[in-house]
Amino acid sequence: MTKILIVAEHSGGKLNAATAKCVTCAAKIPDAEIAIAVFAADAGEVATQAAALAGVKKVIKIENAANAEPLAAVLAPQVAAIAANYTHVFGPSTTYGKDLMPRVAALLGVGQLSDIMAVESAYRFRRPVYAGNAIVTVEAPQDKKLVATVRAASFQAAGTGGNGTIESSSVTAELPTHTRFVTRSAAATGRPDLQTAARVVSGGRALGSADNFKIIFSLADKLKAGVGASRAAVDSGYAANELQVGQTGKIISPELYVAVGISGAIQHLTGIKDARTIVAINKDGEAPIFEIADIGLVGDLFTILPELEKALG
Amino acid sequence: MSKILVGLKRVVDYNVRVRVKPDGTGVVTDGVKMSINPFDEIALEEALRIKEKGGATEVIVVSIGPADTQQQLRTGLAMGADRAILVQADTAVEPLVAAKIFLKLIEKEAPQIVLLGKQGIDDDNSQTGQMLAALWQRPQATFASKIELDGPKAKVTREVDAGLETIEVDLPAVLTTDLRLNEPRYVKLPDIMKAKKKPLEVIALNTLGVDTTPQFKSLKFEAPASRQKGVMVKDVGELVAALKQKGLV
Ligand SMILES: Cc1cc2nc3c(=O)[nH]c(=O)nc-3n(C[C@H](O)[C@H](O)[C@H](O)COP(=O)(O)OP(=O)(O)OC[C@H]3O[C@@H](n4cnc5c(N)ncnc54)[C@H](O)[C@@H]3O)c2cc1C
Ligand SMILES: Nc1ncnc2c1ncn2[C@@H]1O[C@H](COP(=O)(O)O)[C@@H](O)[C@H]1O
Repeated sequence: MTKILIVAEHSGGKLNAATAKCVTCAAKIPDAEIAIAVFAADAGEVATQAAALAGVKKVIKIENAANAEPLAAVLAPQVAAIAANYTHVFGPSTTYGKDLMPRVAALLGVGQLSDIMAVESAYRFRRPVYAGNAIVTVEAPQDKKLVATVRAASFQAAGTGGNGTIESSSVTAELPTHTRFVTRSAAATGRPDLQTAARVVSGGRALGSADNFKIIFSLADKLKAGVGASRAAVDSGYAANELQVGQTGKIISPELYVAVGISGAIQHLTGIKDARTIVAINKDGEAPIFEIADIGLVGDLFTILPELEKALG
Repeated sequence: MSKILVGLKRVVDYNVRVRVKPDGTGVVTDGVKMSINPFDEIALEEALRIKEKGGATEVIVVSIGPADTQQQLRTGLAMGADRAILVQADTAVEPLVAAKIFLKLIEKEAPQIVLLGKQGIDDDNSQTGQMLAALWQRPQATFASKIELDGPKAKVTREVDAGLETIEVDLPAVLTTDLRLNEPRYVKLPDIMKAKKKPLEVIALNTLGVDTTPQFKSLKFEAPASRQKGVMVKDVGELVAALKQKGLV
């Protein structure tokens, strides 16, 4: 019997969409029974959202003041304790899951499979390596618990309409105090979240300054799109670090991705390969971004973007 | 004596366009340029800066890899590390095994800080640091973009999906680096000469008493699905028309 425990990611009382994507991944395993664990100071609302996901049998709330912030060192022993009754333990391949899940795996004495992009069977999966330049089919041993992270961009979010039960659990694991949360800064932009946005407009080094980068925001607003950036744009201080798209930034799968003044380095392309339609605007017709773009336009972004905004009405 | 242990993984250089072998058994590495994993170069740079500011007395670079990995360790020594340890392994080890090996070295060296990269750009696993911290029962601060030492504690700013998060950890701890932590220094020719005289210890993997049996089996490697060839448009009018045709605007 395959029993899968998914570690929920949430903030501000909201379940992160990446959790619903883990459910879709888990549901591709035949006859899997899916449970979600919610670690929080107060898990109420999040547990309700998790229980409503189609395919979820049970939600386990682990409420503890120490769980108010997602500290891997604090959460990992609790996840490991709950995991005893499961064959698989999944988390999202977000910074939260990447930080937490390997610590869980090591506590359980097992390895981890990172970034599941496709399920072939309960113990056979496909995952990208070398920035997505190769896809490897990996087999895990059936006699060990399988700890894995799920590449969110490869799966649609599970729908609602589920009716899972919610139960509380307390964990007796000893929690360390050697790691303490200080602050988190996130710019509230009012724009669609980069990771879930249906459309994304990204700017690169060509923008030249934070001030010039505003034309990316402006086009994004016209398209009701989220905003992304290349590493060069982030490193140069034109855009915030959480906007970086790519191997070391966010891996996204929007319906529409517009790359403006981005050359198309492999590390950037890794982040956008699953976009439905890629539009590239670049003044260099030889730029590698055009090899992957569905629609390419060669020209100066500073003349094209204002025209495009006007044409979009 | 406060030491910093830095992991340097030998990987295919980030500029190489990696290709899958025709027989699907892996990727082509013959004759391909190998380098220090970029995140590990950043880890070493940070360790050197900490030492230069008086926060550590010795920086030790460690790699687990084939004999050729001595090249990358020498580069690390040329950058400024004091000594190097190569745990010679002729086949790649999984992150859990790497973590167990690092733990063995920690038991011997008793470092205050272990600095690793946030991920190897070969397998893109992003696991070793977190696993090591768990086995060592010490704090982890992953994806660091700023590290401030304060006596027995470190304040670390982390790059997370939401933005930036700051945590405080007691030392010793494992820290993993993100790209914006620093810009690694260039190696100068005289330093390469000097590095030749620095100690590089080679340890045979089987002397450490670590079970290196892999847990996962890679069945086959494939090239990623390629995208369909796109179209080039002449001007904004055509672009908008193409978007309309796809129902995107
Ligand atoms: C380990 C590692 C991880 C990395 N991870 C990432 C990652 O996650 N994401 C990422 O993006 N990068 C990443 N990089 C960096 C990556 O290799 C590239 O350096 C980066 O993506 C380049 O950004 P860019 O395209 O904005 O800049 P450039 O490569 O400088 O390209 C700028 C482009 O703008 C065009 N241009 C200039 N002026 C104009 C104009 N007026 N109008 C139109 N076009 C113009 C130019 O023709 C050029 O193609 C990583 C690198 C390493 C080593
Ligand atoms: N074989 C190795 N030799 C040296 N360092 C390693 C090795 N494997 C992993 N590391 C360290 O662990 C980090 C994360 O690697 P990974 O978990 O494989 O993505 C790397 O950036 C290195 O700092």
